[in-house]
Amino acid sequence: MSISVEIPTALRRFTGGVAKLDSGANSLGELITDLEGRFPGIAKHLRDEGGQIRPFLNIYVNEEDIRFLGGEAYRFKEGDKVLLVPSIAGG
Amino acid sequence: MGERYELRCRECGARLGNQPRSFCEDCLSPVEITYDYEAIRLALTRASIELGPPSIWRYRALLPIPDEDQPTFPVGFTPLVNAPHLAKRLGVHNLYVKNDAVCFPTLSFKDRVVAVALNAAKQFGFAVVSCSSTGNLANATAAQAARQGFQAWIFVPADIERAKIIGTQVYGARLVRVAGNYDQVNRLCTQIQEKMNWGFVNVNLRPYYAEGSKTVGFEIAEQLGWRLPDNVVVPMAGGALITKIRKAFTELISVGLVEEKPVRFFGAQATGCSPITTAVKGNKERFDPQKPSTIARSIAIGNPADGFYAIHAIRSSGGWAEDVSDAELVAGIELLAETEGVFTETAGGVTTAVTQKLIEQGRIGADQTTVVCITGNGLKTTEALVDAIQVPEAIAPRLADFEAYADQVAGATAAASSTAHAAGAGR
Repeated sequence: MSISVEIPTALRRFTGGVAKLDSGANSLGELITDLEGRFPGIAKHLRDEGGQIRPFLNIYVNEEDIRFLGGEAYRFKEGDKVLLVPSIAGG
Repeated sequence: MGERYELRCRECGARLGNQPRSFCEDCLSPVEITYDYEAIRLALTRASIELGPPSIWRYRALLPIPDEDQPTFPVGFTPLVNAPHLAKRLGVHNLYVKNDAVCFPTLSFKDRVVAVALNAAKQFGFAVVSCSSTGNLANATAAQAARQGFQAWIFVPADIERAKIIGTQVYGARLVRVAGNYDQVNRLCTQIQEKMNWGFVNVNLRPYYAEGSKTVGFEIAEQLGWRLPDNVVVPMAGGALITKIRKAFTELISVGLVEEKPVRFFGAQATGCSPITTAVKGNKERFDPQKPSTIARSIAIGNPADGFYAIHAIRSSGGWAEDVSDAELVAGIELLAETEGVFTETAGGVTTAVTQKLIEQGRIGADQTTVVCITGNGLKTTEALVDAIQVPEAIAPRLADFEAYADQVAGATAAASSTAHAAGAGR
């Protein structure tokens, strides 16, 4: 099982410039653990002190907001494309 | 840029100077402009503002405009009209309509935010400006870009109203219709912004842009005779307007231009896209995103950027939030037009109908001063009224034909009236 993860410019400071990576994570929780293992310190930018996904971080799976897919309960599928958007603007 | 203002992170407080960016590098939270209020307090008076132009620029001391700039395009300063007939229908005594349906140049409050954003775009040296929009922002960006010599790339959901499409292209802007909802358009623009050196008014220029919304609040206070209302009812899409009107009131207090007073903020959404009202009604601090399904397209944002702050503004002010159906918002458009002669778009129908609901619920008191923010013009969303308003048959240009027609109308009116009486008697 492998998913691909796209890291936007704003988060590459925490990934040493890595813009794209593959992960074997089955869930969002596992993905964050995987990212923290590779890039120590990144998790605190993704979760708040209470362990919740930060309110301004948006996570999309195949262009769908993960919150419509069950959020942390969503189980990744082979080939899922994950996009992190640190702070959605607009409006 | 000057030192009167700069970007600061809303969460961690980091100071970021002035640059085109919408979020904090450290904690990834949104940033906003803060000012040197002490210096402004010493220099700014009611009289100095009243001597300024009849436009948003009279408040430039509290906008992110460099001291050396002299913007002159007469945006904003729309009427605050007393609304006694609407008030009577709704059972209150002191109601006002802030009428941005007649904002210059493109008939919505978005003219205000774009005016400030394009000034920043010029400062930062962008040649191309852009936005993701549900229509009103598209019109405003296209018009002022034309005036100021920027190229404009405008991204909209494909299904927005025809008048908003034409009212973008007429200015020579490049319009990109995206087969998706606003939230998808917005996400796409976030990605495009990483690739192109463009000034996206509501992405990388968003902190500057959003400051323009404060001018609605400044004008309300000045037009009420330098005092604050008890209640404000505001439509919510991304949620920035309601938070920025609150910021405006707070700033006027802190620089000593109005007396401190609690103002309750009431937010309005269409039920078919109501992430913020749902959170407020459920006593939650965070919203769940929604997939919009409403004819109120201009406020159909399911993942509002300032939703978190809008919820906070409403709850901490002691206000509330409500939403109405598409049928109710159409009735709201008609109610405002029939009572006060103001023809607003779907979002204004939402705001009017929500005001009615809040009064019926007893959340807005009869003797309090309440301002209803009307943010857009009804001529842009006439599609919403095709079922509600029938175009009458033509008559021949002959007196006899008119008399026959008038008799027919009188008969129909009498019949409708007696039916209404019968229905009333039956209750």
